[in-house]
Amino acid sequence: MAELKYDKTGRLIFTKEMKSEYTILIPMMAPIHFNIIKNVFIHYGYKCVLLDTDGPEIAQTGLKYVHNDTCYPALLVIGQFIHALQSGKYDVNKTALMITQTGGGCRASNYIHLLRKALKKAGLEQVPVISLNLSGLEKNEGFSITLPMIRRIVAGLVYGDVLMLLDNQVKPYEANKGDSAALVQKWTDILTKQFAKGDGYRRKEISKKLDEIACDFSKVKVNKVPKIKVGVVGEIYVKYARLGNNDLEKFLYDMGCEVCLPGIMGFALFKVDNRLEDIKLYGGSKIKYKVVKILMDYLEEMEGYMVESTAKYGFLPPSRYKHTKELVKDVIGYGSKMGEGWLLTAEMLELAETGYENIVCTQPFGCLPNHINGKGMIRKIKSINEKANIVAIDYDPGAPRVNQENRIKLMLAVAKEELEKSTGKKAAGPVLKAKPKEKATAGK
Amino acid sequence: MRLGLDVGSTTVKCVVLDDDNKIIYSVYERHLSKITQKISEILEKVKLAVPGVENALFAISGSAGMGIAQSCGIDFIQEVYATRVSANTFLPGTDVIIELGGEDAKILFLEGGMEVRMNGTCAGGTGAFIDQMATLLNVPLEELNGLAAQYEKTYTIASRCGVFAKTDIQPLLNQGARKSDIAESIFCAVVNQTVAGLAQGREITGNVVYLGGPLTFMSRLRARFDMVLNTKGTCPENSLYYVACGAALCADKAIDFDGLIEQIKVYRGSGNFAFNPPLFADKKEYDNFIERHNKADVKRGDLKSYTKKTYIGMDAGSTTVKAVVLGEDKELLHSCYLGNSGNPVPIIKSFLESLYEINPNINIASAAVTGYGEDIIKNAFNVDYGIVETVAHFTAARYFMPDVQFVIDIGGQDIKCFKVHNGAIDNIFLNEACSSGCGSFLQTFANALGYSIEEFSKLGLFAKHPVDLGSRCTVFMNSSVKQAQKDGATIEDISAGLSLSVVKNALYKVIRASGPDELGRRVVVQGGTFLNDAVLRAFEQEMKVDVVRPSISGLMGAYGAALYAMDRSEKKGVEKSSIISQQGLKSFVHEISVTNCGLCQNNCRLTVNKFADGRKFIGGNRCERPITKKKPSQSLNIYEYKLKLLSEYKPVNGYRGKIGLPMGLNIYELLPFWHKFFTTLGFEVVHSPYSSREIYALGQQTIPSDTVCFPAKLIHGHVQWLINNGVSTIFYPCLSYNVDEGLGDNHYNCPVVAYYPEVIKNNMKDVKKITFINDYLGIHRKKDFYKKAYEMLCKYFNGISLKEVKKAAEAAYEEYDSYFKKVRAKGEEIIEIAEKENRHIIVLAGRPYHVDPEINHGIDKLIAGFGCAIISEDVVSCRVEKFETTVLNQWTYHSRMYAAAKYVGTRKDMDLVQLVSFGCGVDAITTDEVREILEKAGKIYTQIKIDEITNLGAVKIRLRSLLAAIGRE
Repeated sequence: MAELKYDKTGRLIFTKEMKSEYTILIPMMAPIHFNIIKNVFIHYGYKCVLLDTDGPEIAQTGLKYVHNDTCYPALLVIGQFIHALQSGKYDVNKTALMITQTGGGCRASNYIHLLRKALKKAGLEQVPVISLNLSGLEKNEGFSITLPMIRRIVAGLVYGDVLMLLDNQVKPYEANKGDSAALVQKWTDILTKQFAKGDGYRRKEISKKLDEIACDFSKVKVNKVPKIKVGVVGEIYVKYARLGNNDLEKFLYDMGCEVCLPGIMGFALFKVDNRLEDIKLYGGSKIKYKVVKILMDYLEEMEGYMVESTAKYGFLPPSRYKHTKELVKDVIGYGSKMGEGWLLTAEMLELAETGYENIVCTQPFGCLPNHINGKGMIRKIKSINEKANIVAIDYDPGAPRVNQENRIKLMLAVAKEELEKSTGKKAAGPVLKAKPKEKATAGK
Repeated sequence: MRLGLDVGSTTVKCVVLDDDNKIIYSVYERHLSKITQKISEILEKVKLAVPGVENALFAISGSAGMGIAQSCGIDFIQEVYATRVSANTFLPGTDVIIELGGEDAKILFLEGGMEVRMNGTCAGGTGAFIDQMATLLNVPLEELNGLAAQYEKTYTIASRCGVFAKTDIQPLLNQGARKSDIAESIFCAVVNQTVAGLAQGREITGNVVYLGGPLTFMSRLRARFDMVLNTKGTCPENSLYYVACGAALCADKAIDFDGLIEQIKVYRGSGNFAFNPPLFADKKEYDNFIERHNKADVKRGDLKSYTKKTYIGMDAGSTTVKAVVLGEDKELLHSCYLGNSGNPVPIIKSFLESLYEINPNINIASAAVTGYGEDIIKNAFNVDYGIVETVAHFTAARYFMPDVQFVIDIGGQDIKCFKVHNGAIDNIFLNEACSSGCGSFLQTFANALGYSIEEFSKLGLFAKHPVDLGSRCTVFMNSSVKQAQKDGATIEDISAGLSLSVVKNALYKVIRASGPDELGRRVVVQGGTFLNDAVLRAFEQEMKVDVVRPSISGLMGAYGAALYAMDRSEKKGVEKSSIISQQGLKSFVHEISVTNCGLCQNNCRLTVNKFADGRKFIGGNRCERPITKKKPSQSLNIYEYKLKLLSEYKPVNGYRGKIGLPMGLNIYELLPFWHKFFTTLGFEVVHSPYSSREIYALGQQTIPSDTVCFPAKLIHGHVQWLINNGVSTIFYPCLSYNVDEGLGDNHYNCPVVAYYPEVIKNNMKDVKKITFINDYLGIHRKKDFYKKAYEMLCKYFNGISLKEVKKAAEAAYEEYDSYFKKVRAKGEEIIEIAEKENRHIIVLAGRPYHVDPEINHGIDKLIAGFGCAIISEDVVSCRVEKFETTVLNQWTYHSRMYAAAKYVGTRKDMDLVQLVSFGCGVDAITTDEVREILEKAGKIYTQIKIDEITNLGAVKIRLRSLLAAIGRE
């Protein structure tokens, strides 16, 4: 059995022995992406389990072990971890946890510390926590991110984004229910096998595979009726995680909408670009700038493949990062980088521009950056694009789902009216019926 | 014919329209949460009243109607949309609709880009809120409006949440403020909430229409809206039925009417809800439980025949007044437990009268009073001692369990609990942000469901499936309860579920315990709410420990006060209490008047109480000035000093013109920096004055996020002030990073401080008329700063050279350092004097902008009033080397707090009190860390949450308890 080792600051380290003995738990966020990326870790010899648990106990567990005013994603992720550890399903002496750490100025950088605090409170101090980051924070001898791994993870993001995009554009219209989901599964399997063989992450392969995927999706039989198009933006966890947003994607789908979630690649580009912007705004090392720029270029190249392949087969491609960034130029400064920063504002503009004028802006209750970039910019966005129909939804353990859905329905009611106006016919969706008669008087 | 049904959170409305869209039938009834029953009743009625209605086109709307509509296959119309359809039909030309409902508040902008705003997660400022407030004032809802019409002046009541409003109103009541003034103030609060929370920067102008229950029934509320919006809105005929009409107008399907009535009758919802194990498995378990608790009793005696010395204890609480008389052997001779309808004075008066009546020869040796009404009662009746509630409860608890480790008291609206360490109160938890764990919450629910609180709580004892309602705010709980009802939970399940919620809220929201062991195994529970067996049982289940509930659970504060009076008088050898005599009571008169102090910037609203013998008692003051009319002689208060220092940065005429700085958030600390920077460059630097309600009101309409912290909201007003005062260039830069003081792992500003200028730029329309400079600057990189600042300045001004900017930057950094040197020198001076005079030193730790009197509400003065010296975190943060913290130490302001906490741990004569802005997400992290650092050093952690609130009651309790615990009271 692996020995517990600590570093100078007293942090429990994930050791080499642990790599072979321990199971690493990973919290679920975006299902398509995370399933692919999980397999990258497995390929590199880590035993991984993606936690896809849900239910009210998770938030309850979170409330019990984390400061109640902490952001909802922290509450959920930590709640999910501890809930899993306490479930008896895992040997708590042979389990480790993995969590991302960005190092930005928002509270999210503290999740890992809150997690350790919570573990201590729960009497699970022996469970090591691995920080997944690209900033060189918190090293572990049994865990390292190598360049080939990064390339595979990036490839995972690329595939994930494209699969998500295609699924979202095909599923609402498919003639045979389930076709699109089956394709997502099929490609996840294929990609996993490829990764296991060490293939599928080189530039050429990616480009080729993306073509094949898009081609495959283009063959699904669809029935194109006008539908309400809804974009979802927000704090990254509640934007993607079903646990965080009460399965918003499904709700919208059930309401008869086509949903668009801007991809994770945009966020990755944004985070890398922030380092460049920092240097531009405040000064800094030219060498660092060059190194970061290489990564930036690499990611933008990947983005290019995504755009090309999806456009080639008649889908609406993701917007290019450069373009999205340009949209927000006179709205908010590029220095606004904490959390989702200016990207969140930009994504709303981009969605409105590409036909997804109806937008759900998701945020954990009291999310600090979103006071600025979400709620704080909605007015401005409307003045730029008056078609924008935005509803801001707060998520927290006390916010009842009914209220959230009611507010979304209101947004959809307006959306539907607009859609009917533009198409001249009734749109699908259970939202509303009939138009009122002409002017009349009320009175007994 | 069309029929529309509007199922709201508290009422059901139904209309039938004829083919000309005229209302031929309408009904409006409260449903008391028995929704399905009410709907079927109403439909039966309609059927009788309107012949042929069976064939009407039918649709449902309303926040509680969705589930029913879905399960019965009826079209559901989103209620705001329905309102809009109605308005378009009946009131074409309407620009804005303001609609208040039971739990929701909405503003619809119809013209110029249709927009809809609904209240999100907060129900402050809705019908439910007004209901709660009426209950608090103890007046029927219908009378509130009439009462308000007689108002003379208004008070500031926090408008965000019912809980905050309560904490504002309660002390006003206790200090004897007039109910009519409070009623009007409540309406003001509702209006402010709606405008600030929902307008989100969009102006409310044009034809304004008022809809919904509260606005229909309460003319004062409409008048207040008119006043604030500077408009004359109309409340149309049938204003209650707009949603129902909208549903009717949208209806395009007839239904099987009788079938529907049947369907609704049997509608049970999904039948799935999360639940907990039952409170009691069976009657036997319950009997054992009762028997066990009956053991915790006190000796009794007879007051009438008692001749020895007696001791009186009184507890003037927020919703009840409790009083006891003890004999020499601590036997309980007499007690009373009465509802407090706002003013405890007449209640205590009649209590004392009854004592003299029962036993005219009563020998009162000593008396003490505690609770919210402590000050006024002590003064009104010449009571010997006043003690802080926590000490009273601790004294009583120790009587029942000498080795008690944890005491929890759940009263009407407050939870008070504390740990005991080495025989002293160690760690106090009070509910400040939330009252969902309290008795009044259960009461409100019981009443809403048509039960008395006693009946209601009994229902839950043997519930099979207590609903799992979690631990959250009253308002959310309302919706959760409704959801559970829809899902088929019985009233018994809900009753038990609510009892569990009270407990969970107390444990996980207020105390934030992760498990019972953390709180100790020796627990005494008290307060009126624990008289409720269901709550008590739920608490034992959740804590997994048997606790002691004294039989006098509801009287513990008073009992403790009496014990304290006994102890004090014995120690002092006093035989006779100073309390008012029977004779004195006969001529007792109590008059109340209200005035503003005006002696300093806080401008406290004072309640002046006059008594028959000419004595005066002033309530609502923060410091002694209104009483002594003198300025405190020597100020050992760094907060005052900082204000003075900052006000020395006056405008100096400059050839380059005026540049304005909004005095808020980080500008509070960077004023010296920017002032010097721009003055050196030849600008005349003006800044807005310190905050005030007036300044806040200036920008209130432009705040886009109602949940952002109060200091951020204030900025809007400051910017507006500058614009109103003719400043045409405002400088308010974005600063991701703060200066690195070498105390942390990074040196960020929090996201709100860093980027709030972006919000100002994009949400305040007047900003477009001026030059608003909000560029990103890096003051953390001294060697690059002047170059970047130069680039920035060139964008806006001509003829500034790099050399000039470099010089100005150097001067600015120097000024910044010198400002800190001055503050620290003053801090050292204060510490030295305090050491000499043996005064306790409080490190009042917050952010730089907590110096703003409108933000700190004069808490510094309050502490000074207790004889303590006050310094700020930045005075001592520099005395510590960087050290490892459990959390990521990445914000400059917060690094100072950690360092200050560390330093305080090394000094016997210092304690730290942390100021936390409500809604500050960063503080969810820092408070835990500061606590950890302090507790490791054996110190008591004290946190004060501040918001718009002006009530200092809870603050006093905390500070006095802290001082009592360290033996300084």
